[in-house]
Amino acid sequence: MRVELGRAVIPSAQVLDEIKSGSDGAVCVFDGIVRDNTRGRKTLFLDYEAYEEMALAQMRKLAAEATAKFGVRDVTLLHRLGRLEVGETSVLVVVASAHRGAAFDACRWLIDTLKKTVPIWKKEHFADGAVWAAGEPFPGEIAAHKDAQG
Amino acid sequence: MRVDVLYFGTLKDLFGREQQPLDVPDGATVELLLSLLRAQTSKQSDVWRTLAVAVNRDYAGLSTVLHDGDEVALLPPVSGGMQSGCEA
Repeated sequence: MRVELGRAVIPSAQVLDEIKSGSDGAVCVFDGIVRDNTRGRKTLFLDYEAYEEMALAQMRKLAAEATAKFGVRDVTLLHRLGRLEVGETSVLVVVASAHRGAAFDACRWLIDTLKKTVPIWKKEHFADGAVWAAGEPFPGEIAAHKDAQG
Repeated sequence: MRVDVLYFGTLKDLFGREQQPLDVPDGATVELLLSLLRAQTSKQSDVWRTLAVAVNRDYAGLSTVLHDGDEVALLPPVSGGMQSGCEA
């Protein structure tokens, strides 16, 4: 299991090569990259920041949970912080497993859960200003409000 | 007793700071802390309805009781991973 939060470029191809093992029948990769627009507004770059100690702990927990829940052999979960340009990888999820079904399921669950629960935020910079991206609502058990939906 | 409040994302802009030592009554809960903080700012924000709170780096509910020296983080909805919006 490899889980990292850092500012260096994420070497997607290298991570994919390194995870493969003899007992694997499938490696599923989710490579999240910076798009050149949000709802048609031209993106210049993104700034990612995190509550780093908690985010890393949450990512480790997710990787361990995915391994147990889906019975996959190995998980790599990397997230980048700082300034990212269009086309760069912000998040990389790689799951190695004997069978493709579990690999797909674990990969999907990891990115979906990370996006809702790991304390990382991004500021989107456009030609005409910058905004904190509206995050997804917290799941009900996490939200700190009695009327929160989730 | 005193707790250390951390602000992230849009809350950092709302309060104009990243961190704040705050005196709270003994036995204060997360709910009480939030109401104290909310009274500190006159600015209206939807974030109060949507935030989560972490105490010592774990998500905590409104009824969680705080202790002296706790690190209490106010977390707006998270937006890590890739961009959302167009893919939905």
